[in-house]
Order: sequence, then structure tokens, then C-alpha cells
Amino acid sequence: MKGKHQRLILVSVAIVALIGAVLLAMSALKDQAAYFYTPSEARAKAVAPGTAFRLGGMVVKGSVKRASDGINIRFEVSDGKGSLPVAYAGVTPDLFREGSGVVADGALRPDGTFEATEILAKHDENYMPRELEGMKYDEETHKIEQKPQ
Amino acid sequence: MIAETGLAALWLAAALAALQLVAAWAGIARAETDLVRLVRPVAVTQGLLTGFAFLMLMLLFLRSDMSVALVAQNSHSMKPWLYKFAGTWGNHEGSMLLWVMVMGLAGMGIALFERSLARDTHIATLGAQALISLGFYAFLLFASNPFARLDPAAADGQGLNPLLQDPGLAFHPPTLYLGYVGLSVAFSFAVGALVTRQVDAAFARAMRPWVLGAWVMLTLGITAGSYWAYYELGWGGWWFWDPVENASLMPWLAATALLHSVSVLATRDGLRAWTVMLAVVAFSMSMVGTFLVRSGILTSVHAFAVDPRRGSFILILLALYIGGALALFALRVGAVREGNRFEAVSREAMLVINNLLLSVLLGLVLIGTLYPLLTEALGTKVSVGPPYFNSVAGPIALGLMVVLAIGPVTRWRRDTLRSVARRVAVPALVAVAVLATVLAWAGGWIGILPLLGLVAAALVGVASLAPLWGRNLRRTPLFTYGMVLAHLGCAVSLAGMASESAFSVEKLVAARPGDVIRTAGWTVRFTSVQPVAGPNWTAMEGRFDVSQGTGKVQEIRPQARFFAEPPTNTTESALLTRWNGQLYVVLGDSLDDGRWQLRIWWKPFVTLIWAGGGLIGLGGVLSIIGRWGRGWRRLRRRGQAESYA
Repeated sequence: MKGKHQRLILVSVAIVALIGAVLLAMSALKDQAAYFYTPSEARAKAVAPGTAFRLGGMVVKGSVKRASDGINIRFEVSDGKGSLPVAYAGVTPDLFREGSGVVADGALRPDGTFEATEILAKHDENYMPRELEGMKYDEETHKIEQKPQ
Repeated sequence: MIAETGLAALWLAAALAALQLVAAWAGIARAETDLVRLVRPVAVTQGLLTGFAFLMLMLLFLRSDMSVALVAQNSHSMKPWLYKFAGTWGNHEGSMLLWVMVMGLAGMGIALFERSLARDTHIATLGAQALISLGFYAFLLFASNPFARLDPAAADGQGLNPLLQDPGLAFHPPTLYLGYVGLSVAFSFAVGALVTRQVDAAFARAMRPWVLGAWVMLTLGITAGSYWAYYELGWGGWWFWDPVENASLMPWLAATALLHSVSVLATRDGLRAWTVMLAVVAFSMSMVGTFLVRSGILTSVHAFAVDPRRGSFILILLALYIGGALALFALRVGAVREGNRFEAVSREAMLVINNLLLSVLLGLVLIGTLYPLLTEALGTKVSVGPPYFNSVAGPIALGLMVVLAIGPVTRWRRDTLRSVARRVAVPALVAVAVLATVLAWAGGWIGILPLLGLVAAALVGVASLAPLWGRNLRRTPLFTYGMVLAHLGCAVSLAGMASESAFSVEKLVAARPGDVIRTAGWTVRFTSVQPVAGPNWTAMEGRFDVSQGTGKVQEIRPQARFFAEPPTNTTESALLTRWNGQLYVVLGDSLDDGRWQLRIWWKPFVTLIWAGGGLIGLGGVLSIIGRWGRGWRRLRRRGQAESYA
């Protein structure tokens, strides 16, 4: 690295690295970013089975069913305009309840069931996932209202 | 009275910060020597006052003074004293006061202990520190006053989030804040040096211990936080690429890069402008981190004490400080002369590659963290999680490990490929041997990243010791040991990560007391479930007799706790640590037929992850002591020389 302009060389290397990083990030984001859908959005977008996305909505009252092995559970997630059946194997987070908000990572099976690989926990009983802001569950009518955002 | 005294101390400290700024400015711009003499004592007093204010808040928490709004909202008289004490910073206002106190104490430290910096740069640095502090005083006093009274006083408090009621709270946030705010010192140094145009080796030597100190604190804070999340959340994971975790990782990456470029500047007087730039970037990352954590703008599993309105205040501060520093940099970078040159094969070049890779990694993490915000503004909601971060960070981290193996055995200024190759030959052979062993013994494909991780860990593990080969171990300076230890820590930690992701065994069952579960060479006998009670919680406690192979039987007791104030369930996992890994048992929900959900993991060598983090921190501490010792001796010699003259 002889020559007068080592600084220039270093700066160009840095710029090349920077552009490389941005390109790498963009291509990785295209493949790996998971979209967030509520059940009705997932239906409207006709998400292909196997494509990972994040599902958010309310756990429908009375829909949680446990299999006899004690591990597999199924429940319905609804956003008031549509609902999706969800299957999950594992221990649900402490704040997972019927009639309460839930966010799950996973993908659709060919039969249209959302297979959750992870159910995201909240740390705080007042905390609502940002994606679900404005959703409210009506205890009496079992209806979900969505405030305009 | 206590609250009012604390508030008064804060106002006084803020006024002193303003005085410190004016005096420093007058001293630099107009050479007014009378005012300049004020700067250091004022900085010391300001530090003491912030410490006093913080003590006052702590006292309010310890006494459970429910007439103070913050205490009433976040504490409870029945809480164990440790969490009253640590609860001081387990909320927004308290943690910002902690931030301001650390900043004040850091300014005090610069004023008291910094001896090697040129006088003008020293004053300018203190001026810059005062300027940053002022913004945070404003934030504290106008937007998040921790001492606000509640009228009438509450009968009792609302309690602290039970997930935070853990000894981890006493250690993790303060260390992380020491690191975050320690980087503000590096920032002030950079601004000071730009103001006086003295960016040189002496400046780097003065800045280095501060950078090292902040970096050690960040390292330990992240390590502790990772372990805390690992055992408290009960998910068995140690890193989730959550925005809040990234918020602590990004300053660490910048600080790591800065640490290495400062060493080039101190030793070889190269990379002048770049080092200054990195100091600005590192503190920017601290502020971005604080903004992300405090504003709750991103969905996070660690979202505590969030307040979106206050986020915009931090964002404005961030824009002002970073914009100002970058403008100053642009104005003055022409005056920073080019430092010493170096060859393409040299320690400097290796450190440049290290810096580039770290910066690229930082950029990728930043883009991934902020991408959801960007798309949300455009109307689509996305989440960026482990698939993205692992696929982009994995290869770059592996590249870093390769440079880490080669760099320390490369000579400064100029070296030849042939001699470098000779020095890394043995580590490379060990790495190949590990590759062959893993392929032969792992019993199946373990995935490309874990495999390469194990190989890189072996390479670095051996190569990190190379700087000690053929040296007189007693005469080797302490900071060389520090470097060796820190690099070894990287290898140890990486080995733990790779082993955990490749060899963990998970078992998910529903069982009733009396059942025996066998997994990964362990026998887990579920004996009973008992109700137990703690100071402010009740729990169902599972009793398990576990043994590995024919080894001795030990009892472990995971719990499902219920806290009444505020009403919350938490999972207390039970961990059994052996030299070769950890058994991790979680008691899940109870089923109607008397069975309980159990989640059992065997995680081989998972503890290496945090042991490595500890080694890295210890290496940093040794380096600080070593550098300090040398600087001290140099000063003493100079003093003697002067007295002889």
C-alpha cells in the first residue's frame, strides 16, 4: 500500500464495505423478514403454505383445546373480521389466555392451519404488542373491535 | 424532605453543568484563565451532586415513601429489601437518574484522574461532557422528574414487575449503563480533540483506559443480561435478537472497533480521523439504544417501563448531539493530518480489517433492527428475527474470528505473508483436527454455522495464546495478558454458542408425579408438586430427582410463581450445572387430569458462553491495570527527570 494516498484507499475500501453491507442486508431482508398479518389479512393475501410470517390477533374464548398428550394445543385466533386455526406444541407463555392478545411465529400448513413455532410472551400485563394496538375484545358479545389507527 | 433535597441537588448540578460549559468555552475561545480554573472543581462538585441525588432516590425506595409518585408506581412495602434497593433503577425515571449520575461521576473522573491529556483538550473535553449532561438534565427535570410528589400519598405501592424481581436487576442495568455512559466520555474526548485539533497518539493513550473501561462494563452487562434472560424467561434461549438486545449489542460492537483503532492510534499514530469518527459512532449507538429501549417503538420481549412520548425527547437529543459532532468532524477533519502509513500485511492492516468487519456487522444489526420501523412507515408490518440476523451475522463473525487468529501474531508496520502463515500454522492444524473430529463423532450433520463455529473456536483458542509463545512469561506486560485472555474468551464463548446450538436436546412431555423421564443420558424422576410461598409470592414447586448415567442423584425444584402485586405469573426454571453442560427444567401448566407440562433441556457446554464473556471482561480489566501501571511509571519518571533538571 505504497503511494501518497493511503487515506483515499482506506476510504474507498470502507465505502465498498459499506455498500456491500447494505446490499447484503437488503437481500437478506427480502428473504428473511417475516410479515405481520392478522387472520383476515393472511386470508386476503393468500399466503402460500410454508412461508414464515407472524400472526397476531385475539385468542377466541372457548377455542383452546388440548390434545391428550398434554403438549399439543389448538386454538382460534381472530381479528374480528376473520379467524385462523392455530396449532402449537409446547408450554404457552405465562400471559397466554383466552380472550387476550397473542402474537405467534410460524407458517401455514397445506390444510390452512397456522403451525406456530413460537408464541411470543409479554413481560407485563399492561403491555400490548404494538401490532395489536387498537384491538379490543368485548367480553359480553365476544366481538373484536378494531379502532381505526 | 428527602425528595425535595434530591430535586434541589439535581437543579444545582444542572446549573453547575451550565457553568462548566461556559467556563470551558471561555477558556478555550478567549483564554480567560480565571474561569478555566473553575472547570475542574465544578465538574467534581457536579458529579458529587448527582451521586447525592441518586442516593436520595434510593433512600426513598428503601423507606417505601409512598408520597413519591415514582415509588408508589413501582414499589411495594412488602417487597424484599434487595428489590427496593435495585428497584431504584427498575423504572424509567430512576434509570435515567442512574444514567445522569454515571455521566456526572464520569465527568468527575475526567476532572480528577486525567493527567496525560494536553490541558486545552482536557478543558474542551470537560466542556463537551457538560454539554451532553445538560441535555439529560433537561430530560430528567422537565420530562421525567423522579422526585415528583403524589398528593394524597398512596396507601401502598403497585409493586415491581415480578420478572424484574431477581438478583440480576442489581447487577445488569447498572453495568450496562456504566458502559453506555462510559462511551459518552470517549465522545467528549473526541469532541475535545477536534476542538483543539490535537488528534494524536498522546490523545489516544489518554482516551484508551476510558474506552476499555466502558467496553468492559458493556461486555459484563451484556453477558449478565443474556444469562438472566436465559434462566428467567424459561425458553432455554440465551439470545433472541430482540431490539432491546440489539440496542446493547450495537454500542458493544462500536466500542470493540474503537478499542482496536485507539490502539493503532496510540501505538503507531495511524487511523486518526477514523478513531475520532468511531468515538462519535459508539456514543451514537448508546443513544440509539437508549431511545429504542425507552420509547418502546419496537416490539420487544424485554419491553419494560416504556413511554413513547419521552422517546421523542431522546430522539431530539440524539439528533442534536450526533448532528453537532458530525458537523464538527466535517469542519475539522481537514485539520487532522494523515497519520503514519503502513503496509498491506501488518498489524495495522489486520486491525483495519477488524474495524471494517465490526462496522459492517454493526450496520447489518442496525438495519435489521430499524427495518420494521421503515416498512411500518410505508404501511406494511414486518418482523426481522433470528433468521435474518443469524444468516448475516454468522459469516461476518466467523470472518472476524479468522482475523482475530492472525492479527495478534502479525507485526506492526510491515510483515510478510510467509512468516505470518508460519505463526498461524499450528492453530490452523488444530482447527482442521477439530473439524475432522466433529465430522466423525457428531453422529450426523450439525449445521454449517455450528460446525464452522467449533472450528473457528479451536483456531482462535490456540492462536490467542500465540503472542505468549517464546516470551519470558514473567516479563510479559500485563496488557498483553489482557489481550490474550480477552481473545481466548471469544473462543470460549463461541465454542459454547456452537455447542449449544448443535448438541442441545429438548424434551417436552406431560407427566404426573411418580413418572420417570429419560433424555440425553439423564434420568429425571418427577417426585411431587408442592405449594410454597415466598415473601411476596406463592408458587407451585415441582420436585425432581435427577441423575446422569449412574451418577449421584440430586434434587432440583423448578417453580411456577404467582405474584399478587402486580398480579402476574412467572416461571422459575431449575438449572443443574455440571462441568460439561446444564440440565434445564421448566414446570409448565397443570392439565385437568393431574399431569404437568414439563420442558427439559440438556445443553452441553452452554455455560462456556457466559464464562467466555467473563474472560473477555477480565482481559479488559487486566489491560486497564497494565496500561495504568505503565502510564503511572512514565509520569513518575518524568517527574523525577524534572526534579533533577
